Amino acid sequence: MSGIPHDHYEPKSNAEKWLHRRLPIVSLMYDTLMIPTPKNLNWMWIWGIVLVFTLVLQIVTGIILVMHYTPHVDMAFASVEHIMRNVNGGWAIRYIHQNGASLFFIAVYLHIFRGLYYGSYKAPREVTWIIGMLIYLMMMGTAFMGYVLPWGQMSFWGATVITGLFGAIPFVGEAIQTWLLGGPAVDNATLNRFLSLHYLLPFVILGLVIVHVWAFHTTGNNNPTGVEVRRTSKKEAEADTLPFWPYFVVKDLFALAVILVVFFAIVGFMPNYLGHPDNYIEANPLVTPAHIVPEWYFLPFYAILRAFDGEVWLVMLVDFLTAGIVDAKFFGVVAMFGAIIVMALVPWLDTSSVRSGRYRPMFKWWFWLFIVNFFVLMWAGAMPAEGIYPYIALIGSAYWFAYFLVILPLLGVIEKPTTPPATIEEDFKAHYGKDHDGHGGVTATAPTPAE
Amino acid sequence: MLRKLALSSATAATLALSSGAALAAGAAGHVEDYAFSFEGPFGTFDQVQLQRGLQVYTQVCMACHGLRYVPIRTLSDEGGPGFTEDEVRAYIEQNFIEVYDPELQDWRAATPNDNFPVNDSVGAPDLSLMTKARAGFSGPYGLGLNPLFRGMGGPEYVASLLTHYTGSEREEFGSVLYGNETFPGGYISMAPPLWEGAVEYGDGTEATEEQMALDVAAFLTWAAEPKLMARKQMGFTAVLLLGVLSVLLYLSNKRLWAPVKARVKGSQPAE
Repeated sequence: MSGIPHDHYEPKSNAEKWLHRRLPIVSLMYDTLMIPTPKNLNWMWIWGIVLVFTLVLQIVTGIILVMHYTPHVDMAFASVEHIMRNVNGGWAIRYIHQNGASLFFIAVYLHIFRGLYYGSYKAPREVTWIIGMLIYLMMMGTAFMGYVLPWGQMSFWGATVITGLFGAIPFVGEAIQTWLLGGPAVDNATLNRFLSLHYLLPFVILGLVIVHVWAFHTTGNNNPTGVEVRRTSKKEAEADTLPFWPYFVVKDLFALAVILVVFFAIVGFMPNYLGHPDNYIEANPLVTPAHIVPEWYFLPFYAILRAFDGEVWLVMLVDFLTAGIVDAKFFGVVAMFGAIIVMALVPWLDTSSVRSGRYRPMFKWWFWLFIVNFFVLMWAGAMPAEGIYPYIALIGSAYWFAYFLVILPLLGVIEKPTTPPATIEEDFKAHYGKDHDGHGGVTATAPTPAE
Repeated sequence: MLRKLALSSATAATLALSSGAALAAGAAGHVEDYAFSFEGPFGTFDQVQLQRGLQVYTQVCMACHGLRYVPIRTLSDEGGPGFTEDEVRAYIEQNFIEVYDPELQDWRAATPNDNFPVNDSVGAPDLSLMTKARAGFSGPYGLGLNPLFRGMGGPEYVASLLTHYTGSEREEFGSVLYGNETFPGGYISMAPPLWEGAVEYGDGTEATEEQMALDVAAFLTWAAEPKLMARKQMGFTAVLLLGVLSVLLYLSNKRLWAPVKARVKGSQPAE
């Protein structure tokens, strides 16, 4: 794969040859593991492995949890307490699963931001990006439905609010909402189907992850320079790359271990910090919590959803033009999903000829503003929708759309990028080829390579 | 480097921001930041305090509040009040604890394997998870830094609520509400439950209002999180082991890459 010249698997023994003729599975695994990887990858290229690990972690802990969980409105909350108190190690598995969702989203956001900064979505990697966005959407669905399962107050009211979004769709909304919920309101039928889908979707994600990996193994990895690996000869390719095993596996495992130190510190010492206290109150359809707030990883999009209320002139205009079909509520829903759609379309919105943000002096500023804006939106999403907060959310939402729909297309035209290095080898040398005094490149004494 | 730093601080910010969610819980009033023995990574329950807290719960709170998710047998579990199994049975007998048995369709004496009885006779909330279901600390400015450094504040909320009655009363729809500085809204339907000497402690501790409030808050923290000590121990072990693993992997990685990096340091082009 990947078109980068490298050594392929050669079956040697008769048994290997026998198997290889019938099913080249060893060859597939070998080529996947030994894929030539740009040697200049930095520490932002570790999140993929972290994400795969987290997916497996969530699936394994989830399979154990479901053995003890009861998907019934009268018993779900109690069964979670049963897991926390009576199941051997149940508290650990449940807290790991609960905080694992947060680890998953921290990793996926950093993974996405990495892609946005280094232009990993650009040709020929658009399909990788699109599949990644699909995975991200499924993750959101899975996390949302998983959050409903403990059947606490936030579970119940979160489900009510989010499924209510579908009710905002003109004409068919109410029918869709009823169909999703399995009834007129969030109830036992909803809980049952959410468990079913919460169990199913991770395996769909796993399948998509394999396709995601397949896609970027076909194009080869991007790297911090955005310069392609030379494919003209094996010698040149080898100057640009190193095999994934062992160089990047060990590097990624080191990063994973450090991340897990932080993760287990959170699970061990403050497992409820990222959660909401209201979810330790059993769901009660008759009592609405003071503020319904989604989990932190949804907050930026929750802010976008709420930003477009009936007082925004754009919303009023659209409302007027569509004769009330697209009202403020539906506008908010469209904006929220639109925010993700424009991100998915970024391969075609970014017009720059240079891939990596490293060589784009103007882009850098807009990009970091985008990151800051992401956190501002997250913060605004957690605040009550009153006073100054809706205005902050509105400005933040406007920037989100402007970044993808205006800034990225225009930057490609007006920006004058600097020149990336000609090869990855050159970049790697510029980075590591310095001696300790900081003099670049070639030194007089040539120490024998430490081999 | 700067970018790396920025991104890692972004991660930290994500963590800090996230519990902006916590601020949404019907903003509590004044919450005193009491120091509990179980706070911090190495905090442990004070066994004697848990026993005192159980006494306060049994003699005062139990009249109106249930503890439906807590199995009575766990009183003898490790990391809890530390009773023996005989003591648990004696506790049930001495306090005439009864549970409703749906099979008998009647009340009967509890056994250690039963949970504490449900009590919704006057509509008071169950206390099994109370210290986890309330947040004492939030903010500032929705940044979630207070709960990060001071904890979620559930136990502090409970203790504060019990000791911060203002003494004022108000009648609303025929029922009396009592002024309380901690309770959201300022008025609570629970009459001040504690008074000096409401219980007589076996260990000679003076039963001041604050002492009882702290003891019962500690007991309820155990009731909500009976595996707290095991959890912290797991956290400590995991951090330690993964820390060692990180160091080993760091060294392996450094060694693995050393020849690759040395090669470019040399004058000859990479081969």
